[in-house]
Amino acid sequence: MKGKSRLSAKSLGYCSCHVCGLVSRPDNDDDTIDLCPRCHTTLYMRKTGSIERCWALLLASAILYVPANTLIMMETGTLISYRKDTILSGVVHLWVSGSWFVAAIVFVASIVVPLFKIIALALLLMSVQRRSRHWIPQRTRLYRLVEAVGRWSMLDIFVVTLLAALVQIRSLAIVKAGPAAIAFGAVVVLTMLAAMAFDPRLIWDPIRKEKP
Amino acid sequence: MSIPHRHLIICHECDQVLKEIPLPNGGVACCSCCGATLYRHTQDSINRTLAFAVAAAVMYVIANCFPIIGIDFQGNYNEVTLPGAISSVWNQGRPVISTLVLFCIIVAPAVEIMLMICLLLPVRMGQKALGVYPIMRTLQVIKTWGMVEVFMLGILVALVKLTTDFIVIYEVAIWAFAALTLLLASMTASFNPREVWQQLDQIAEDGEAP
Repeated sequence: MKGKSRLSAKSLGYCSCHVCGLVSRPDNDDDTIDLCPRCHTTLYMRKTGSIERCWALLLASAILYVPANTLIMMETGTLISYRKDTILSGVVHLWVSGSWFVAAIVFVASIVVPLFKIIALALLLMSVQRRSRHWIPQRTRLYRLVEAVGRWSMLDIFVVTLLAALVQIRSLAIVKAGPAAIAFGAVVVLTMLAAMAFDPRLIWDPIRKEKP
Repeated sequence: MSIPHRHLIICHECDQVLKEIPLPNGGVACCSCCGATLYRHTQDSINRTLAFAVAAAVMYVIANCFPIIGIDFQGNYNEVTLPGAISSVWNQGRPVISTLVLFCIIVAPAVEIMLMICLLLPVRMGQKALGVYPIMRTLQVIKTWGMVEVFMLGILVALVKLTTDFIVIYEVAIWAFAALTLLLASMTASFNPREVWQQLDQIAEDGEAP
Protein backbone atom coordinates (compact mmCIF):
# COMPACT_ATOMS: atom_id res chain seq x y z
CA MET A 1 0.00 0.00 0.00
CA LYS A 2 1.58 3.20 -1.17
CA GLY A 3 -0.13 5.88 0.86
CA LYS A 4 -0.59 8.24 -2.06
CA SER A 5 -4.03 7.43 -3.29
CA ARG A 6 -6.26 5.08 -1.40
CA LEU A 7 -9.27 5.86 -3.52
CA SER A 8 -10.58 2.91 -5.45
CA ALA A 9 -11.77 3.15 -9.01
CA LYS A 10 -15.24 2.41 -7.71
CA SER A 11 -15.31 5.45 -5.41
CA LEU A 12 -13.96 7.63 -8.23
CA GLY A 13 -16.67 6.35 -10.53
CA TYR A 14 -14.30 4.63 -12.95
CA CYS A 15 -14.89 1.18 -14.24
CA SER A 16 -12.69 -1.06 -16.34
CA CYS A 17 -14.20 -3.50 -18.80
CA HIS A 18 -13.48 -7.09 -17.76
CA VAL A 19 -13.12 -8.17 -21.38
CA CYS A 20 -11.10 -5.43 -23.09
CA GLY A 21 -9.71 -3.56 -20.08
CA LEU A 22 -10.81 -0.15 -21.33
CA VAL A 23 -11.36 2.28 -18.47
CA SER A 24 -14.49 4.35 -18.73
CA ARG A 25 -16.68 6.44 -16.52
CA PRO A 26 -20.27 5.19 -16.57
CA ASP A 27 -22.83 7.95 -16.86
CA ASN A 28 -25.00 7.68 -13.80
CA ASP A 29 -27.60 10.17 -14.90
CA ASP A 30 -29.67 7.90 -17.06
CA ASP A 31 -31.11 4.52 -16.13
CA THR A 32 -29.65 2.55 -19.03
CA ILE A 33 -27.29 -0.33 -18.36
CA ASP A 34 -23.73 0.83 -18.90
CA LEU A 35 -21.92 -0.78 -21.77
CA CYS A 36 -18.23 -0.66 -22.56
CA PRO A 37 -17.70 1.97 -25.26
CA ARG A 38 -15.25 -0.27 -27.08
CA CYS A 39 -16.61 -3.81 -26.93
CA HIS A 40 -20.17 -3.30 -25.65
CA THR A 41 -19.81 -5.68 -22.71
CA THR A 42 -22.04 -4.93 -19.73
CA LEU A 43 -19.92 -3.07 -17.20
CA TYR A 44 -19.91 -3.67 -13.48
CA MET A 45 -17.86 -2.28 -10.60
CA ARG A 46 -17.87 -5.59 -8.70
CA LYS A 47 -18.94 -9.06 -9.78
CA THR A 48 -22.65 -9.30 -8.99
CA GLY A 49 -23.60 -11.63 -6.14
CA SER A 50 -19.97 -12.65 -5.84
CA ILE A 51 -20.03 -13.67 -2.17
CA GLU A 52 -23.34 -15.55 -2.34
CA ARG A 53 -22.43 -17.46 -5.49
CA CYS A 54 -18.98 -18.28 -4.17
CA TRP A 55 -20.39 -19.60 -0.86
CA ALA A 56 -22.98 -21.72 -2.66
CA LEU A 57 -20.44 -23.32 -4.99
CA LEU A 58 -17.98 -23.76 -2.15
CA LEU A 59 -20.47 -25.50 0.14
CA ALA A 60 -21.51 -27.82 -2.68
CA SER A 61 -17.90 -28.75 -3.32
CA ALA A 62 -17.18 -29.23 0.39
CA ILE A 63 -20.10 -31.67 0.63
CA LEU A 64 -18.96 -33.57 -2.45
CA TYR A 65 -15.41 -33.74 -1.09
CA VAL A 66 -16.62 -36.42 1.35
CA PRO A 67 -17.89 -39.00 -1.20
CA ALA A 68 -14.96 -38.11 -3.45
CA ASN A 69 -12.59 -39.36 -0.77
CA THR A 70 -14.58 -42.22 0.76
CA LEU A 71 -16.03 -43.93 -2.33
CA ILE A 72 -14.08 -46.10 -4.75
CA MET A 73 -12.05 -44.20 -7.32
CA MET A 74 -10.65 -47.10 -9.30
CA GLU A 75 -11.14 -50.86 -9.45
CA THR A 76 -8.20 -52.90 -10.66
CA GLY A 77 -8.54 -56.59 -11.44
CA THR A 78 -5.94 -59.06 -12.63
CA LEU A 79 -5.88 -62.85 -12.62
CA ILE A 80 -4.47 -63.01 -9.14
CA SER A 81 -5.75 -59.93 -7.39
CA TYR A 82 -8.68 -57.55 -7.24
CA ARG A 83 -8.24 -54.12 -5.70
CA LYS A 84 -10.70 -51.37 -4.95
CA ASP A 85 -8.92 -48.09 -4.34
CA THR A 86 -10.12 -44.81 -2.94
CA ILE A 87 -7.99 -41.79 -3.79
CA LEU A 88 -5.98 -42.11 -0.58
CA SER A 89 -5.47 -45.88 -0.76
CA GLY A 90 -4.36 -45.43 -4.37
CA VAL A 91 -1.70 -43.01 -3.19
CA VAL A 92 -0.64 -45.40 -0.42
CA HIS A 93 -0.43 -48.26 -2.93
CA LEU A 94 1.78 -46.15 -5.19
CA TRP A 95 3.98 -45.20 -2.23
CA VAL A 96 4.36 -48.79 -1.03
CA SER A 97 5.14 -50.06 -4.52
CA GLY A 98 8.10 -47.67 -4.62
CA SER A 99 6.91 -44.78 -6.79
CA TRP A 100 7.34 -42.13 -4.10
CA PHE A 101 7.63 -39.21 -6.42
CA VAL A 102 4.46 -40.02 -8.35
CA ALA A 103 2.66 -40.81 -5.09
CA ALA A 104 3.60 -37.37 -3.82
CA ILE A 105 2.35 -35.70 -7.02
CA VAL A 106 -0.99 -37.51 -6.88
CA PHE A 107 -1.33 -36.81 -3.15
CA VAL A 108 -0.77 -33.09 -3.64
CA ALA A 109 -2.97 -32.81 -6.73
CA SER A 110 -5.92 -34.87 -5.51
CA ILE A 111 -6.01 -34.42 -1.76
CA VAL A 112 -4.03 -31.36 -0.67
CA VAL A 113 -5.05 -28.97 -3.48
CA PRO A 114 -8.85 -29.41 -3.28
CA LEU A 115 -8.80 -29.21 0.53
CA PHE A 116 -6.52 -26.18 0.41
CA LYS A 117 -8.82 -24.48 -2.08
CA ILE A 118 -11.94 -25.08 0.00
CA ILE A 119 -10.31 -23.82 3.21
CA ALA A 120 -8.63 -20.85 1.53
CA LEU A 121 -11.79 -19.68 -0.22
CA ALA A 122 -13.82 -20.07 2.98
CA LEU A 123 -11.24 -17.94 4.85
CA LEU A 124 -11.24 -15.32 2.11
CA LEU A 125 -15.04 -15.16 2.08
CA MET A 126 -15.31 -14.88 5.85
CA SER A 127 -12.65 -12.17 6.07
CA VAL A 128 -14.36 -10.21 3.29
CA GLN A 129 -17.73 -10.49 5.00
CA ARG A 130 -16.23 -9.25 8.29
CA ARG A 131 -14.63 -6.40 6.30
CA SER A 132 -11.28 -7.36 7.78
CA ARG A 133 -8.44 -4.86 7.36
CA HIS A 134 -5.64 -7.29 8.15
CA TRP A 135 -3.31 -9.28 5.90
CA ILE A 136 -4.66 -7.67 2.76
CA PRO A 137 -1.68 -8.23 0.40
CA GLN A 138 -1.27 -11.76 1.77
CA ARG A 139 -4.91 -12.57 1.15
CA THR A 140 -4.61 -11.25 -2.39
CA ARG A 141 -1.65 -13.58 -2.95
CA LEU A 142 -3.62 -16.47 -1.44
CA TYR A 143 -6.39 -15.83 -3.95
CA ARG A 144 -3.88 -15.79 -6.81
CA LEU A 145 -2.53 -19.13 -5.63
CA VAL A 146 -6.02 -20.65 -5.38
CA GLU A 147 -6.74 -19.58 -8.94
CA ALA A 148 -3.44 -20.93 -10.23
CA VAL A 149 -3.41 -24.42 -8.69
CA GLY A 150 -7.08 -25.33 -9.19
CA ARG A 151 -6.79 -26.99 -12.58
CA TRP A 152 -4.10 -29.46 -11.48
CA SER A 153 -6.58 -31.38 -9.33
CA MET A 154 -8.08 -32.78 -12.50
CA LEU A 155 -5.02 -35.04 -12.74
CA ASP A 156 -6.64 -38.10 -11.16
CA ILE A 157 -9.64 -37.92 -13.48
CA PHE A 158 -7.33 -38.08 -16.48
CA VAL A 159 -5.27 -40.91 -15.03
CA VAL A 160 -8.39 -42.97 -14.32
CA THR A 161 -9.78 -42.30 -17.80
CA LEU A 162 -6.56 -43.43 -19.45
CA LEU A 163 -6.17 -46.56 -17.32
CA ALA A 164 -9.83 -47.56 -17.60
CA ALA A 165 -9.65 -47.29 -21.38
CA LEU A 166 -6.27 -48.95 -21.77
CA VAL A 167 -6.35 -51.84 -19.36
CA GLN A 168 -9.19 -53.79 -20.92
CA ILE A 169 -7.69 -57.19 -21.58
CA ARG A 170 -10.48 -59.66 -21.30
CA SER A 171 -10.39 -61.72 -18.10
CA LEU A 172 -6.67 -61.04 -17.63
CA ALA A 173 -6.53 -57.44 -16.49
CA ILE A 174 -9.22 -54.84 -16.13
CA VAL A 175 -9.48 -51.34 -14.70
CA LYS A 176 -12.78 -49.59 -14.01
CA ALA A 177 -13.53 -46.02 -12.93
CA GLY A 178 -15.43 -45.91 -9.67
CA PRO A 179 -18.24 -43.63 -8.44
CA ALA A 180 -15.78 -41.40 -6.54
CA ALA A 181 -14.47 -40.14 -9.87
CA ILE A 182 -17.77 -38.38 -10.59
CA ALA A 183 -17.85 -36.74 -7.15
CA PHE A 184 -14.20 -35.80 -7.45
CA GLY A 185 -14.68 -34.27 -10.91
CA ALA A 186 -17.57 -32.25 -9.50
CA VAL A 187 -15.41 -31.03 -6.59
CA VAL A 188 -12.73 -29.78 -9.00
CA VAL A 189 -15.20 -28.07 -11.34
CA LEU A 190 -17.17 -26.49 -8.48
CA THR A 191 -14.10 -25.13 -6.70
CA MET A 192 -12.86 -23.69 -10.00
CA LEU A 193 -16.23 -22.00 -10.52
CA ALA A 194 -16.17 -20.75 -6.92
CA ALA A 195 -12.72 -19.22 -7.41
CA MET A 196 -13.96 -17.52 -10.56
CA ALA A 197 -17.03 -16.17 -8.76
CA PHE A 198 -14.93 -14.55 -6.04
CA ASP A 199 -14.02 -10.92 -6.63
CA PRO A 200 -10.54 -10.09 -5.21
CA ARG A 201 -11.35 -6.37 -5.20
CA LEU A 202 -13.64 -7.03 -2.25
CA ILE A 203 -10.52 -7.79 -0.15
CA TRP A 204 -9.33 -4.20 -0.68
CA ASP A 205 -12.64 -2.41 -0.25
CA PRO A 206 -12.50 -2.03 3.58
CA ILE A 207 -9.34 0.11 3.46
CA ARG A 208 -10.43 2.27 0.56
CA LYS A 209 -11.57 5.77 1.38
CA GLU A 210 -14.92 6.87 0.08
CA LYS A 211 -14.80 9.95 -2.08
CA PRO A 212 -15.91 12.96 -0.05
CA MET B 1 -23.22 5.90 -22.54
CA SER B 2 -19.88 5.58 -20.73
CA ILE B 3 -17.04 7.97 -21.44
CA PRO B 4 -13.72 6.20 -22.21
CA HIS B 5 -10.45 7.19 -20.52
CA ARG B 6 -7.75 5.55 -22.60
CA HIS B 7 -4.72 6.70 -20.60
CA LEU B 8 -5.92 5.04 -17.39
CA ILE B 9 -5.59 1.49 -16.11
CA ILE B 10 -7.55 -0.07 -13.29
CA CYS B 11 -5.99 -2.98 -11.43
CA HIS B 12 -8.31 -5.98 -11.79
CA GLU B 13 -7.34 -7.30 -8.36
CA CYS B 14 -7.39 -4.28 -6.07
CA ASP B 15 -9.29 -1.62 -8.07
CA GLN B 16 -6.45 0.90 -7.91
CA VAL B 17 -6.54 3.58 -10.62
CA LEU B 18 -3.20 3.95 -12.38
CA LYS B 19 -1.73 5.82 -15.33
CA GLU B 20 -0.56 3.83 -18.28
CA ILE B 21 3.19 3.98 -18.85
CA PRO B 22 5.15 2.87 -21.93
CA LEU B 23 7.15 -0.31 -21.36
CA PRO B 24 10.60 -1.36 -22.61
CA ASN B 25 10.93 -4.57 -24.63
CA GLY B 26 9.78 -7.53 -22.58
CA GLY B 27 8.75 -5.27 -19.70
CA VAL B 28 5.94 -6.04 -17.29
CA ALA B 29 3.74 -3.44 -15.61
CA CYS B 30 2.73 -4.34 -12.06
CA CYS B 31 0.18 -2.67 -9.81
CA SER B 32 1.90 -0.34 -7.33
CA CYS B 33 -0.71 -1.27 -4.74
CA CYS B 34 -1.05 -5.07 -4.84
CA GLY B 35 1.64 -6.19 -7.28
CA ALA B 36 -0.69 -7.83 -9.78
CA THR B 37 0.55 -8.02 -13.37
CA LEU B 38 -1.35 -5.36 -15.30
CA TYR B 39 0.04 -5.65 -18.81
CA ARG B 40 3.17 -6.80 -20.59
CA HIS B 41 5.20 -5.81 -23.56
CA THR B 42 5.65 -8.81 -25.79
CA GLN B 43 7.76 -8.57 -28.85
CA ASP B 44 6.07 -9.30 -32.14
CA SER B 45 3.11 -10.71 -30.24
CA ILE B 46 0.59 -11.17 -33.03
CA ASN B 47 2.95 -12.93 -35.44
CA ARG B 48 4.38 -15.23 -32.80
CA THR B 49 1.03 -16.14 -31.30
CA LEU B 50 -0.34 -16.89 -34.74
CA ALA B 51 2.65 -19.10 -35.56
CA PHE B 52 2.28 -21.02 -32.29
CA ALA B 53 -1.46 -21.37 -32.86
CA VAL B 54 -1.02 -22.85 -36.34
CA ALA B 55 1.65 -25.25 -35.08
CA ALA B 56 -0.58 -26.19 -32.15
CA ALA B 57 -3.45 -26.90 -34.57
CA VAL B 58 -1.30 -29.40 -36.47
CA MET B 59 -0.08 -31.05 -33.26
CA TYR B 60 -3.63 -31.15 -31.95
CA VAL B 61 -4.79 -33.21 -34.93
CA ILE B 62 -1.88 -35.65 -34.55
CA ALA B 63 -2.43 -35.93 -30.79
CA ASN B 64 -6.07 -36.82 -31.28
CA CYS B 65 -5.81 -39.19 -34.24
CA PHE B 66 -3.00 -41.47 -33.11
CA PRO B 67 -2.69 -43.83 -30.14
CA ILE B 68 -1.10 -42.40 -27.00
CA ILE B 69 0.27 -45.50 -25.31
CA GLY B 70 -0.06 -49.22 -25.81
CA ILE B 71 0.32 -52.07 -23.35
CA ASP B 72 1.45 -55.63 -23.86
CA PHE B 73 0.26 -58.22 -21.38
CA GLN B 74 1.32 -61.79 -22.09
CA GLY B 75 0.92 -61.36 -25.81
CA ASN B 76 -2.29 -59.40 -25.60
CA TYR B 77 -1.80 -55.95 -27.08
CA ASN B 78 -4.01 -52.95 -26.44
CA GLU B 79 -3.56 -49.32 -27.36
CA VAL B 80 -5.65 -46.23 -26.85
CA THR B 81 -6.31 -42.92 -28.59
CA LEU B 82 -7.82 -39.98 -26.72
CA PRO B 83 -11.25 -40.13 -28.43
CA GLY B 84 -11.12 -43.91 -27.96
CA ALA B 85 -10.46 -43.50 -24.24
CA ILE B 86 -13.36 -41.11 -23.88
CA SER B 87 -15.83 -43.34 -25.69
CA SER B 88 -14.57 -46.36 -23.79
CA VAL B 89 -15.20 -44.69 -20.43
CA TRP B 90 -18.62 -43.59 -21.67
CA ASN B 91 -19.47 -47.20 -22.56
CA GLN B 92 -18.36 -48.36 -19.12
CA GLY B 93 -21.22 -46.29 -17.70
CA ARG B 94 -19.32 -43.17 -16.67
CA PRO B 95 -20.76 -40.52 -19.01
CA VAL B 96 -20.02 -37.63 -16.61
CA ILE B 97 -16.30 -38.33 -16.50
CA SER B 98 -16.01 -38.87 -20.22
CA THR B 99 -17.88 -35.61 -20.89
CA LEU B 100 -15.56 -33.77 -18.52
CA VAL B 101 -12.47 -35.14 -20.24
CA LEU B 102 -14.01 -34.50 -23.66
CA PHE B 103 -14.58 -30.86 -22.74
CA CYS B 104 -11.22 -30.18 -21.08
CA ILE B 105 -8.90 -31.99 -23.49
CA ILE B 106 -10.70 -32.05 -26.83
CA VAL B 107 -13.25 -29.23 -27.01
CA ALA B 108 -11.59 -26.43 -25.00
CA PRO B 109 -8.13 -26.56 -26.66
CA ALA B 110 -9.72 -26.89 -30.12
CA VAL B 111 -11.93 -23.87 -29.51
CA GLU B 112 -8.98 -21.91 -28.12
CA ILE B 113 -6.69 -22.66 -31.06
CA MET B 114 -9.42 -22.04 -33.64
CA LEU B 115 -10.57 -18.75 -32.14
CA MET B 116 -6.99 -17.57 -31.80
CA ILE B 117 -6.41 -18.13 -35.53
CA CYS B 118 -9.79 -16.60 -36.46
CA LEU B 119 -8.96 -13.55 -34.36
CA LEU B 120 -5.33 -12.94 -35.27
CA LEU B 121 -5.27 -13.76 -38.97
CA PRO B 122 -7.58 -10.85 -39.95
CA VAL B 123 -5.88 -8.53 -37.44
CA ARG B 124 -2.52 -9.32 -38.97
CA MET B 125 -3.89 -8.56 -42.43
CA GLY B 126 -5.22 -5.26 -41.15
CA GLN B 127 -8.88 -6.17 -41.29
CA LYS B 128 -11.50 -6.33 -38.60
CA ALA B 129 -12.39 -9.94 -37.89
CA LEU B 130 -16.02 -10.95 -37.75
CA GLY B 131 -17.30 -11.24 -34.19
CA VAL B 132 -14.15 -9.96 -32.49
CA TYR B 133 -15.87 -9.16 -29.21
CA PRO B 134 -17.49 -12.57 -28.64
CA ILE B 135 -14.19 -14.20 -29.67
CA MET B 136 -12.20 -12.22 -27.09
CA ARG B 137 -14.78 -12.97 -24.41
CA THR B 138 -14.80 -16.71 -25.22
CA LEU B 139 -10.99 -16.85 -25.30
CA GLN B 140 -10.87 -15.40 -21.81
CA VAL B 141 -13.26 -18.03 -20.45
CA ILE B 142 -12.05 -21.08 -22.39
CA LYS B 143 -8.43 -20.55 -21.33
CA THR B 144 -9.26 -21.76 -17.81
CA TRP B 145 -10.84 -25.00 -19.00
CA GLY B 146 -8.26 -26.22 -21.48
CA MET B 147 -6.12 -28.65 -19.51
CA VAL B 148 -3.69 -30.23 -21.94
CA GLU B 149 -0.73 -29.74 -19.57
CA VAL B 150 -2.58 -31.47 -16.73
CA PHE B 151 -3.45 -34.30 -19.10
CA MET B 152 0.21 -34.62 -20.04
CA LEU B 153 1.08 -35.08 -16.36
CA GLY B 154 -1.81 -37.57 -16.21
CA ILE B 155 -0.22 -39.59 -19.02
CA LEU B 156 3.07 -39.69 -17.11
CA VAL B 157 1.39 -40.84 -13.89
CA ALA B 158 -0.53 -43.49 -15.82
CA LEU B 159 2.76 -44.67 -17.36
CA VAL B 160 4.30 -45.14 -13.93
CA LYS B 161 1.27 -47.08 -12.73
CA LEU B 162 1.33 -49.28 -15.84
CA THR B 163 5.02 -50.16 -15.89
CA THR B 164 4.70 -52.30 -12.76
CA ASP B 165 2.37 -54.82 -14.49
CA PHE B 166 2.71 -54.34 -18.23
CA ILE B 167 5.17 -53.76 -21.03
CA VAL B 168 4.41 -50.21 -22.10
CA ILE B 169 4.84 -49.02 -25.68
CA TYR B 170 5.10 -45.27 -26.34
CA GLU B 171 3.03 -44.33 -29.37
CA VAL B 172 3.01 -41.25 -31.59
CA ALA B 173 0.44 -39.17 -29.71
CA ILE B 174 2.36 -39.10 -26.44
CA TRP B 175 5.07 -37.04 -28.19
CA ALA B 176 2.38 -35.01 -29.93
CA PHE B 177 0.81 -34.22 -26.55
CA ALA B 178 4.17 -33.20 -25.15
CA ALA B 179 4.69 -30.85 -28.10
CA LEU B 180 1.12 -29.57 -27.87
CA THR B 181 1.64 -28.75 -24.19
CA LEU B 182 4.70 -26.65 -25.01
CA LEU B 183 3.06 -24.99 -28.01
CA LEU B 184 -0.07 -24.03 -26.08
CA ALA B 185 2.02 -22.63 -23.23
CA SER B 186 4.08 -20.58 -25.71
CA MET B 187 0.90 -19.42 -27.41
CA THR B 188 -0.58 -18.21 -24.11
CA ALA B 189 2.70 -16.55 -23.12
CA SER B 190 3.08 -14.63 -26.36
CA PHE B 191 -0.58 -13.62 -26.65
CA ASN B 192 -1.07 -10.02 -25.61
CA PRO B 193 -4.76 -9.04 -25.60
CA ARG B 194 -3.85 -5.41 -24.99
CA GLU B 195 -1.94 -5.20 -28.23
CA VAL B 196 -4.81 -6.86 -30.09
CA TRP B 197 -7.24 -4.27 -28.72
CA GLN B 198 -4.90 -1.46 -29.72
CA GLN B 199 -4.62 -2.90 -33.23
CA LEU B 200 -8.41 -3.20 -33.42
CA ASP B 201 -8.76 0.45 -32.34
CA GLN B 202 -6.26 1.40 -35.01
CA ILE B 203 -8.12 -0.58 -37.67
CA ALA B 204 -11.41 1.02 -36.61
CA GLU B 205 -9.85 4.51 -36.78
CA ASP B 206 -8.34 3.86 -40.21
CA GLY B 207 -11.72 2.64 -41.40
CA GLU B 208 -13.41 5.83 -40.27
CA ALA B 209 -10.77 8.27 -41.54
CA PRO B 210 -11.24 8.33 -45.31
